[in-house]
Amino acid sequence: MDFEGTETQQAVASAARKFATERAAPAAAEADRKSRFPEEMIRELGALGLLAVNVPSVHGGSEVGAVAYALAVMEIARVDCSLAVTMAVTNMVGETIAHFGTESQKARCLPRLASAEWLAGSYGLSEPQAGSDPNSMTTRADRRGDGWVLNGTKQWITSGDRAGVIIVWARSDVGAGKKGITAFLVEGGTPGLHVGRHEEKMGIRSSSTVSLTFEDCEIPADAVLGEEGHGMRVALTALDGGRIGIASQATGTIRAALDASARYARDRKAFGKPIAEFQAVAFALADMATAHDSARLMTLRAAMLKEARQPFGREAAMAKLFASEAAQVAVSKAVQIHGGYGYIDEFPVERLFRDARVQTIYEGTSEVQRLVIARDILLRDG
Amino acid sequence: MNIQLNEEQRQVRDLCRQFADSELKPNARKWDVDHQYPADAVKKLAEMGLMGVAIPPELGGAGMDNVSYAVAMEEISRGCAGTGVIMSVNNSLYCDPVNKFGTEEQKRDFLMPFARGERLGAFALTEPMSGSDAAEMRTLAVKKGNEYVVNGTKNFITNGPQADVVIVFAMTDRSKGHKGISTFLVPTSVKGFSRGKADDKVGIRASSSCTLFFEDVVLPERFRLGGEGEGFKVAMQTLDGGRIGIAAQALGIAQAAYEEAVAYAKERKAFGNPITQFQAIQFMLADMATEIDAARLLVWRAAWMKDKGVRHSAESAMAKLYASEMSERVTSRAIQVHGGYGYVKEYDVERHWRDSRITEIYEGTSEIQRLVIAANVLKG
Repeated sequence: MDFEGTETQQAVASAARKFATERAAPAAAEADRKSRFPEEMIRELGALGLLAVNVPSVHGGSEVGAVAYALAVMEIARVDCSLAVTMAVTNMVGETIAHFGTESQKARCLPRLASAEWLAGSYGLSEPQAGSDPNSMTTRADRRGDGWVLNGTKQWITSGDRAGVIIVWARSDVGAGKKGITAFLVEGGTPGLHVGRHEEKMGIRSSSTVSLTFEDCEIPADAVLGEEGHGMRVALTALDGGRIGIASQATGTIRAALDASARYARDRKAFGKPIAEFQAVAFALADMATAHDSARLMTLRAAMLKEARQPFGREAAMAKLFASEAAQVAVSKAVQIHGGYGYIDEFPVERLFRDARVQTIYEGTSEVQRLVIARDILLRDG
Repeated sequence: MNIQLNEEQRQVRDLCRQFADSELKPNARKWDVDHQYPADAVKKLAEMGLMGVAIPPELGGAGMDNVSYAVAMEEISRGCAGTGVIMSVNNSLYCDPVNKFGTEEQKRDFLMPFARGERLGAFALTEPMSGSDAAEMRTLAVKKGNEYVVNGTKNFITNGPQADVVIVFAMTDRSKGHKGISTFLVPTSVKGFSRGKADDKVGIRASSSCTLFFEDVVLPERFRLGGEGEGFKVAMQTLDGGRIGIAAQALGIAQAAYEEAVAYAKERKAFGNPITQFQAIQFMLADMATEIDAARLLVWRAAWMKDKGVRHSAESAMAKLYASEMSERVTSRAIQVHGGYGYVKEYDVERHWRDSRITEIYEGTSEIQRLVIAANVLKG
C-alpha cells in the first residue's frame, strides 16, 4: 500500500499547481464574468503536456498515467472549474481515440489534441431528448458511397465550437437498438456540421457549451471509431475514465471551497474574535476537510485501478457520485461561512457555488452513477 | 500510488473473515442479548495473534503492520462489534502505549502477557465529570517517597470488569492543568482498587465496561508509564492510534449491515418484484456501498501513515469521524431496507444500528474529532 504519488505523479501535480496558481488563477474570475473561452490558457496547458496526460508519447501524449491525470485536474479545478472541464474533455477524447482508434486516426488526431494545435476535443453523445438514456438517440448515420452521412442534433457539447475533432455517436443501423450505434470521428469545419446556440450557463461559464447540428454531413468510411455497431462500448469506456476526470474536478472544487473558507474564517471577526474560533464555523471546516480527503482518496483509488488495468467502473462511479455530491455541500457551506461576501463576486466562492452544480449532472448524473453502482452490487455483493 | 492491500494484508483479512463467520456471527446475537463477555472467542483471538497485532513478536505480538490491524479490526467487528472493541482496547489503548512509552522492565511485565492475549488490558482516562475535557480530571496521584498514592474514580472503562492491568491517568500536579497529568500501570489486584457493576449499554453488549474506584492505591514509581507530567501526551498519541481501531470497528459494523441488506433485498418481494428492482432500494444500497468505501480508504490511509511513522492525528480523526457517522447512517438504512424485520431481533441489523451508535462517542466524540481536524485546517 502506498498513498504517496510516485515522483512522476508528484512532478505532474506540482507543475499543474504552479500553472494553476501563477497563470490560471488570476484570469479565472474575469473569464467567468465574460464567458470567455481561455484560448491562451489552453495553449499553455498543451505546452505543459496536460491535454493528453494519459496518451502514449509516440502520439504526442505525456503518458504519465491516470493517477497523474487525476492529480492534474484537481489542481486546475482548484482555481478554475471551467478550464478543468475543458481540459478533462479533451483528455477524455484523446484517451478514447488512443484506445479505439486506428493508427492513422491516432496519428492524425492525437498530436494535434496534445499540442493544442486543435484547441479541444469534444464528446458528442447527448441529444436534446437523450441524456442518461443514450440508447434513445435519434442522430442517424447512413451509408453514402464508401462513406457515411450524418443527420441529427447533439446537445450540451463541451467545446463543440472549438473542437478539432468531435466523437459523434449515431445510429448506423436503425433496427438494431443498442447494437446499431456507432462512434464516428468528425473534424471541426466539416461541411454539414453547424454550431448551434452557445448555452448561457449558470456556472463553468468560460468553458463553451453548444449544440451541434448535422445536416447531410458527409464523412469518410475511415471516420468510424472502433467497430461499427460498437458505439455504446466506446461511449461507456470513455465515460468510465471521464468520471475520474469529473471526480477530480469536484475534489479540486471542495479543496478550493475549504481553502477560501479557512482563509476568510481566520480573517473575519465577529463578537470580538475570528469566526474560525466559533465551533459552528470550525466544524464546517472540519467536515469540508474530511469530505475533501474522502473524495480525493476515492478518485485516486479509481485512477490507480485504471492505471493498473484492473476493473474500475464501479470505483469511478463511486468517486464521481461521492465527490460531486460532497462538492455541493462544501460550496454551499463556503458561501454560508462568507455571509454576504459569499454572494458577491468579490470572493471566489459564489463562482464555486455555481460551478459545482453541474458536477452531479454531467458525464452521468448522480442517479446514473447510483444505477451503475447498484447493478454491480446486485451482480457481485451479498 | 497503490491503494490496495498487499498479499499479507489480504491473508489477514481472509483469516479474520473466516473466523468472524464461523465463530462470531453465529454467537453475536446471544452475547448481545445476554450481555455476555465472549471469553472463548477472546482466547481464540489471542491464539491468532490478534490481541497484539502490531506489537513485535519478541514482545509477544504478531509483528504485523497497522494496516493489517485495521483490516483485522474491521473483519472481527463485522462478526461481533463487542468482540471488536475488546480487541481494540487491548491492542490500541493498552499494548500500543506500553510498547511506545514503557521501560524494558515494563514491557516484560506489562506488555508480553497482554500482547499474547493471556491477560487483558484497559485504559482509564474518562471520569464521571471529565470526558472530552481530560484536563478537568479529578483523580489524584500524590507522590510520597518512591511511591504514588492514587485516589479517584474512572468510569465507562471498557474491559474494566475483566482487566488484569489498567492504564490510569491521574493528576500529579493540578496547578499545571493538562501538563500535570501522569500515566500509571495499575494491576487490578492492588489494595484499594474496586469495580462498580457492569454498565447496561445500548450496544456492544458483548464487551463490558464499568466504573473503577481507587482508594489510597499505593503504586511504586516503576509503575509510572512515561515521565511525570507526560500523561496528556501519552493519552493523545494513544488515541491517535485508537481512533483507527474504532474507525475500523465502525466500518466493520456498517459492512455487516450492508451485506445483510443486500441479501435481504434480493430475497424480499413486493408489488410482484424483488425489492432490488426498485430504485429507492437500489440507490440506498449504492449510497451505502459508496460511503463504506470512502470510510475504508480513510481508515487505510491513517493506518498506513501510522506505519510510516508520520504524524496522523488529523487523518485518524477524519477516519474516526467519517466512519462512525457513516456507520450510523448505513446501519439505519439497513433497517429501512428490512422494514419491520429490521426492528426485531430475528435479524441482526437492529444490533448493528445499536452497536454503531457508540463509535460516534468513545475515544473522542465526533465533536472532538472535528476540533482536531479544524485545528489542523486552520494551522495550514
